Amino acid sequence: MALFDALLELADDHLVLGHRLSEWCGHAPMLEEDLAMPNMALDLIGTARTLYDYAGQVEGNGRSEDDLAYLRGEREYRNCLLVERPNRDFAHTMLRQLYFVAFMHPYWNAAAESSDEVIRGVAGKAVKEMAYHIRHAGEWVIRLGDGTEESARRMADAVDDLHIYTGELFEAGTETDDDVLPNRTALQPAWEATIDHVFGEAGLTRPIIPHPQTGGRTGLHGEDLGHMLMDMQSTHRAHPGATW
Amino acid sequence: MANEMPLWEVFIQPRNGLSHKHVGSIHAADAVLALQAARDVYTRRGEGNSIWVVPSSAITASDPDQAGENFEPGEKIYRHPTFYDIPEEVGHM
Repeated sequence: MALFDALLELADDHLVLGHRLSEWCGHAPMLEEDLAMPNMALDLIGTARTLYDYAGQVEGNGRSEDDLAYLRGEREYRNCLLVERPNRDFAHTMLRQLYFVAFMHPYWNAAAESSDEVIRGVAGKAVKEMAYHIRHAGEWVIRLGDGTEESARRMADAVDDLHIYTGELFEAGTETDDDVLPNRTALQPAWEATIDHVFGEAGLTRPIIPHPQTGGRTGLHGEDLGHMLMDMQSTHRAHPGATW
Repeated sequence: MANEMPLWEVFIQPRNGLSHKHVGSIHAADAVLALQAARDVYTRRGEGNSIWVVPSSAITASDPDQAGENFEPGEKIYRHPTFYDIPEEVGHM
């Protein structure tokens, strides 16, 4: 079941970050961002849906994408800790997005060569979406980091809060056979190059964290994920099988 | 906010070979973010393949009070090219 576990890690990353972004809907600082963030959220949730559906088939127990998304508790979620961090402010949200998509862009690029047809299909679509997310989040990190005194302080706070969670992105996770999914550890130089490029323009320094915070891949999450899942899963749990 | 987030007019080209067409406006701090905002607000459903953004302040508009002298030519029917016979073979012009 290595492939099932690996697909869940990937799908959970996308669903959790997609849900976090969707929490901004109706609350964004301006109308333009109120559309941009749900756009990006739907990109991520779309990817998660395909991966859950495929994971259900691989598992072979008849579990649907909804079963996997709505009927697992937080200890069964396999997402990395970065994506579950709360939105806090716009600086935190844009930096979290940049950290994740600067990793997923080279990941999907590599996955385009996968031996698995479904993964190749997901990668072809996701790589374009990730390129746009990097541009969007990156431009905001630059403008906030190199903006007013307050925006620079908020962006620096976001780096202080979030950077400790980035090391987990490069943990191997569940390994699969036959070059189905890329090796995460090998993607670290590409990620660092993107972050350094953005940080250079933003006037930020990439911290060196000797002991990153990890645990998400084994189901050890922060308190915030439980609250988020309660919110996300409540309708489905109250009305099992509901559709609209 | 008006100073930090000026208004931009958005023009979308629906297909190669067609003109860019005004579709609306957005707020953004600078030209790069204006293009991104225009992409997010106006091209969600595959509306086009090229975007222009122009600072609204760069547009000089005609004065509505001068609409009469500008736009009401009166009975100058000779300005309409209707006094020619167009050969059948030309078809629709």
